[in-house]
Amino acid sequence: MLKHILAGAVALVVPFTAAQAQEKVLRAVMHADVRVIDPIWTTQTIASIHGMLIYDTLFGNDADLKPQPQMVGKYEISPDKLTYTFTLRDGLKFHDGSPVTTKDVIASLKRWGAKDGVGIRLFSYVTKLEAVDDKTFKMILKEPYGMVLESLGKSGSSVAIIMREQEALTDPQQQVKEAIGSGPFKFAKDLWVPGSKAIYLKNKDYVPRPGNEPPSSFAGSKIPGVDRIELVWISDPQTAMSALVNGEIDFYEAPNNDFLPILAKAKGVKLMMTGKIDSTQGMIRLNHLHPPFDNVKARQAMYHLINQEDFLRAIVGNPEFYRVCHGLLTCGGPYENTGGSALMKEYNPKKAAQLMKEAGYKGEPITVLFTTDHNTITPATQVLVQAMREAGLNVDAQSMDWGAVVSRRAKKEPPAQGGWNIFVTTTGGVGASNPVLHTWIGAACDKGLFGWPCDPEIEKLRNAFAFAQTDEERKKIATDLQTRAMEQVVYIPFGQWNTPLAFRADKIDGVVPNTGLAVLWGITKK
Amino acid sequence: MTAYIVRRLFATLPVMAVVALFVFFLLRFAPGDPAAIIAGEDATAEAIAAVRAKLGLDRPMVEQFFVWMLQLAQGDMGVSIFSNLAVTRLISQRLEPTVALTLSTLFVAVALSIPIGVLAAWKARKLVDRLVMGFAVLGFAMPGFVLAYILIYFFAVQWQLLPVQGYRPIAEGLWPFVECLILPSVALGVTYMALIARITRASMLEVLAQDYIRTANAKGLATDRVLLLHALKNAAVPIITVIGIGIALLISGVVITETVFNIPGLGRLTVDAVLKRDYPVVQGLILVFAAAKVLVNLIIDISYAFLDPRIRY
Repeated sequence: MLKHILAGAVALVVPFTAAQAQEKVLRAVMHADVRVIDPIWTTQTIASIHGMLIYDTLFGNDADLKPQPQMVGKYEISPDKLTYTFTLRDGLKFHDGSPVTTKDVIASLKRWGAKDGVGIRLFSYVTKLEAVDDKTFKMILKEPYGMVLESLGKSGSSVAIIMREQEALTDPQQQVKEAIGSGPFKFAKDLWVPGSKAIYLKNKDYVPRPGNEPPSSFAGSKIPGVDRIELVWISDPQTAMSALVNGEIDFYEAPNNDFLPILAKAKGVKLMMTGKIDSTQGMIRLNHLHPPFDNVKARQAMYHLINQEDFLRAIVGNPEFYRVCHGLLTCGGPYENTGGSALMKEYNPKKAAQLMKEAGYKGEPITVLFTTDHNTITPATQVLVQAMREAGLNVDAQSMDWGAVVSRRAKKEPPAQGGWNIFVTTTGGVGASNPVLHTWIGAACDKGLFGWPCDPEIEKLRNAFAFAQTDEERKKIATDLQTRAMEQVVYIPFGQWNTPLAFRADKIDGVVPNTGLAVLWGITKK
Repeated sequence: MTAYIVRRLFATLPVMAVVALFVFFLLRFAPGDPAAIIAGEDATAEAIAAVRAKLGLDRPMVEQFFVWMLQLAQGDMGVSIFSNLAVTRLISQRLEPTVALTLSTLFVAVALSIPIGVLAAWKARKLVDRLVMGFAVLGFAMPGFVLAYILIYFFAVQWQLLPVQGYRPIAEGLWPFVECLILPSVALGVTYMALIARITRASMLEVLAQDYIRTANAKGLATDRVLLLHALKNAAVPIITVIGIGIALLISGVVITETVFNIPGLGRLTVDAVLKRDYPVVQGLILVFAAAKVLVNLIIDISYAFLDPRIRY
């Protein structure tokens, strides 16, 4: 212990040098603090933001969600679409100086494919990953799965990053001990203070894609724009807002909706809407395992308690930042459709009560996990509980912090034995725009997400989407999928909203819209 | 005295053992699961169970407790479930800001509240006394975080005299270090100042009514000598007691103050660890806070003997 205290004390008295003062430093406050350095071990978005600074990916999906080569220099797809041959770009090196080889790539992809939902789906079609040489490898499929490149370039959680082989061989259920990648920034682990700040230093040896391409989500040349990025964690949203107004930070990823009018007027501060697709979709998840929501009629009754405007006004307030959307696939996304939407367009508590009665509901308590500490989920749950009470439902609203909800929702026991009936959550708009990447639309029974909807037809349609050959075919399948998922009530959407980025336009340049994850590497300091 | 101190130090061991027992089991009985938080939003129940197994959180609670006690006996507080860093490293990283904030608050509070308490007692029931008591009531009534936001709005955002948030170690220079602590110290210290000022006034009023003070005044001693040498010294025991109690209040106060002013100290580490259910970190922190409280009580008890020669151990 004494050793650690002494080490900490030495770190604290390291002199603040003039060189440090002259560095171009980007200070950014993100939506959460970096506590985990392994973006495969956890699906936390902040871990992926950290990962995208220090690691690189084979492909990166651009702002239009089209996959573009990143570490890959060239690739070929066989005519039967069963063999993908990838060749890495020249000169790729890890931060320790070792070259990136196909051994590292294959080990990293296998680890990702054993942990991430999208990766697991892709790898269920992969029969072989084999190295041709140090720079070329083949991925051989048993069926012509159509989402290979999109999966490798996905944003959001658990991105398919490339680690050194020695870390990539770590059990995916365990966290890697070192964060050494080949990306545009190096993680300064010695300067990391979990819960306070994480520091990233420019990787001077980084080999960006040629052509000086501007960043477009995960695509483009990743040319580091500053010497150092500090991800500062300010947990209090008002303090973070004041710090931005005062010029103490340069970039604020997710300002609280209440503060947007102040930030819009603040001198030097600019708000930037996230990309073409809204950042967040709200959803109410019902537990399909237990009464009353094991009955589809009771689940459909809940649609009549949802007036999305009520939710969105409570959460966001300003209609400029929200959109009513009666679909499960993100409105504004490539597969937006109206399949099944008619089911939830009528707000009618009396009808909801009648349908619940017809479904056999006799006033038993309905356990709602009531999050108390979340700036969007808490007001949304309040609106839901009020609507349920108006319909005369017996609501057992159990207050708890988000950490407790995350734990409780995994319990499959009946509500009276520690389980639950309803919880409210949100999901990313980018992920929810694609039927394969949108895991919450799935209905894989025990293997699915909390609430455990179970419907083979939905799973069949999700698979079919991945094998569709044309865009028209994909759109048709997406409509069928949404119709079926709405009928089965895999979840109830309560609208979409857009959390703009806020930054000091007088101090930084190169901010690009956030399509799934914040892109920090191209930001430059004036 | 030495025997007394040694005896008291040994007596802390069972206290710490009871604290360890309670903190360990209360945390486990509280709702929440670090494995679910680590696994993240899109994790399945199976994935969460796999993480829980790898972290050893699925083992019997008693077994987990004995493993932790064994680690503690070897001076090892364990490793954070999330960051994989040693708890001792996390605590040592956060010690300086909290100690700096606590000491600066203590200094500001004691340096201001004792003189105004003495002044209020000396000028009892006059305007000065009423002003001091008015301040004391206001100080008690206003929550520290409300005052913190008011201070930030005026001194940082509007007038841009001081930073909104953050902490700079003293190694980066005296003024950067001091400027970061001014607003938090005031916000945290006001309640504490109100408490000490009221106790100082009450205690001084009692002493000033004693015969020996009348004698001192009658023999023509200067007022400052009467107040400071004769009255204040004899009124000091309850004041010191309140300062000791106040240090416990400061420990709980830093949790909020560090959050509002974004100071990376032990208070914020505690809040973050509790919200994330980072059991080893919470356990380590509670032990450190308990040890600090025991130590402060010991120092206060020892100081009584120096202030009042009648007290002997």
